[in-house]
Amino acid sequence: MSLSDVFSAARAESRAALIGYLPAGFPTVDGSKDYLRSMVESGCDLVEVGLPFSDPVMDGPTIQAAAEQALAAGFRVRDLFDVVAAVTDAGGRAVVMTYWNPVLRYGVDAFARDLAAAGGLGIITPDLVPDEAEDWMAASAAHGLDRTFLVAPSSTEERIAMTARASSGFLYATAVMGVTGARDVVSSAAPELVARVREHTSLPIGVGLGVRSGAQAAEIAGFADGVIVGSAFVSAVAEGDAAVRALAADLAKGVRSAPATV
Amino acid sequence: MGQFTPTPHDPDARGHFGPWGGRFVPEALIAAVDELAAEYDKARLDPEFVNEFQRLLRDFAGRPSLLTEAAKFAEHAGTRVWLKREDLNHTGSHKINNVLGQALLTKRMGKQRVIAETGAGQHGVATATACALLGLDCVVYMGEVDTERQALNVARMRLLGAEVIPVKSGSRTLKDAINEALRDWVTNVDQTHYLLGTAAGPHPFPLLVRDFHRIIGIEAREQILEKAGRLPDAVVACVGGGSNAIGIFHGFIDDPDVRLVGVEPGGSGLDSGSHGATLTAGTPGSLHGAMSYVMQDDDGQITEAHSISAGLDYPGVGPEHSHLKDIGRAEYFPVTDAEAMEAFALLSRTEGIIPAIESAHALAGALKIGPSLGPDGLLVVNLSGRGDKDMDTAVEYFGLADGGQA
Repeated sequence: MSLSDVFSAARAESRAALIGYLPAGFPTVDGSKDYLRSMVESGCDLVEVGLPFSDPVMDGPTIQAAAEQALAAGFRVRDLFDVVAAVTDAGGRAVVMTYWNPVLRYGVDAFARDLAAAGGLGIITPDLVPDEAEDWMAASAAHGLDRTFLVAPSSTEERIAMTARASSGFLYATAVMGVTGARDVVSSAAPELVARVREHTSLPIGVGLGVRSGAQAAEIAGFADGVIVGSAFVSAVAEGDAAVRALAADLAKGVRSAPATV
Repeated sequence: MGQFTPTPHDPDARGHFGPWGGRFVPEALIAAVDELAAEYDKARLDPEFVNEFQRLLRDFAGRPSLLTEAAKFAEHAGTRVWLKREDLNHTGSHKINNVLGQALLTKRMGKQRVIAETGAGQHGVATATACALLGLDCVVYMGEVDTERQALNVARMRLLGAEVIPVKSGSRTLKDAINEALRDWVTNVDQTHYLLGTAAGPHPFPLLVRDFHRIIGIEAREQILEKAGRLPDAVVACVGGGSNAIGIFHGFIDDPDVRLVGVEPGGSGLDSGSHGATLTAGTPGSLHGAMSYVMQDDDGQITEAHSISAGLDYPGVGPEHSHLKDIGRAEYFPVTDAEAMEAFALLSRTEGIIPAIESAHALAGALKIGPSLGPDGLLVVNLSGRGDKDMDTAVEYFGLADGGQA
């Protein structure tokens, strides 16, 4: 199973894929395994396992607080691979979303090796652009991992093309200029950005930043290949397992209520 | 050589000084740093920009700053000591050089809103000042802990028309203020310039901040040749993020016989783990947009720095310093809080100059290396700022309110 299989399977059902995010170690290492399994069981086609970092400049207050809580509870980078393995063992598919410094410190090749061994499919890199990714290009190739770089509304055509060429699996389109966090309305910049990206690539495109409801998921599923939900899952954890499952089910219904674009 | 003349020490087109620097930022910010780099490339060669910058340095900031011989302080250092008096600039430190340059660039880019981070408040006050002068909107992010420690500077910024936002996330100090400024920038980048206060961050910040501060070294070199008749044996500066140090170092970087000495905040001592000596004790990593030495644990989590000087209390350092350390062109060592405070008191008493505690680290460094140079040796110390802002710390440290004596 690779990332392209995840998106192909969703396309075969004429729908977008649902991608749910939760930081490893939040609220505890075992707790994050349980919640991620619940997300898989309740309709997430793919989960993004976040690596808690001390200085999360792309994250809003919700995910910042979750990362702080995980680190305060003693989360270590090696725990990440356990969490990914737990998802994989439960029949789920996982990628890792991480700021780059912990990967640098672990060793880019060693990190890729251990992630692949745990069954992880790739890494989303919010603060690593392809321009600086030479080591990661080599390590991902060596260990068969996919590379998801980000594109933003401010990206030039040239950069979108370059970023798409460097990516594999899927591209991550940030729907708004800003940090992570649930928002009430889907940004109008998102469909425009996705349309621009499609000019340059046939890779699946996931849209994230600000999605929290089934209705929003349906709207995004109307123009993107994947709907990415993060902060809303983090908030649901505070209400317990039933809330996490209910959110995943609502979003899963949302991605099925709009025809996929391709 | 002019202040903006390209040098063989410039980074490559993507901002690399050897393996250091670069741009480790979200894609959403790449357009903004590209725009800034392109604008700076034009501005540095545009006589109109250069003249306007120099006019502001002269008529507003009060440059050139003096070079003062510190003969009585020098008796304690065992060698001759001259002070580059950045403390005499408007707003009380070297920071004004960079903020005037970047504020002018902001105007050139047609942006109206400026954001900045500040630790002790020096950079925040300087930024608020430049924005007031040039009619720009100004928002300053400051860790909540620092707003409490530096209430007077918060009042200064507000008086100058800036909005000060206390940052409540993370350790609630400088590094978190930078995180919050970056979050604001990525959200409002169309109309906003992030006026970064030190020679760190993603390209082109380390280059342009350095260039705006190169005036320090250019003046110091001319002045010491005129006054002492020769180049110094060493130039000494404190290093937090490293902006004042890189500015004065560059005046002498092509003089191979002049040692470039950076003095880091040793806090309670390196063994205590409570310090900010990034170059001495850190390891390679990426923080706030660039590869450089950083203070981090085995997992790559950034650790908190500790220094009695809020302005040096930073777990990262500008990438060019990492490069200068690696190639051996500059040398870096720490002094402790106690050594810095001793130098702080000594300069006050012997010369009638109260230095910033940041700059007192450079003075303590001079006291350490002076004896090895002997009475014929010659040091230039960058006195990067004045100590008025540090009176609360001094009162507490020396017990001055209770009749104590430094």
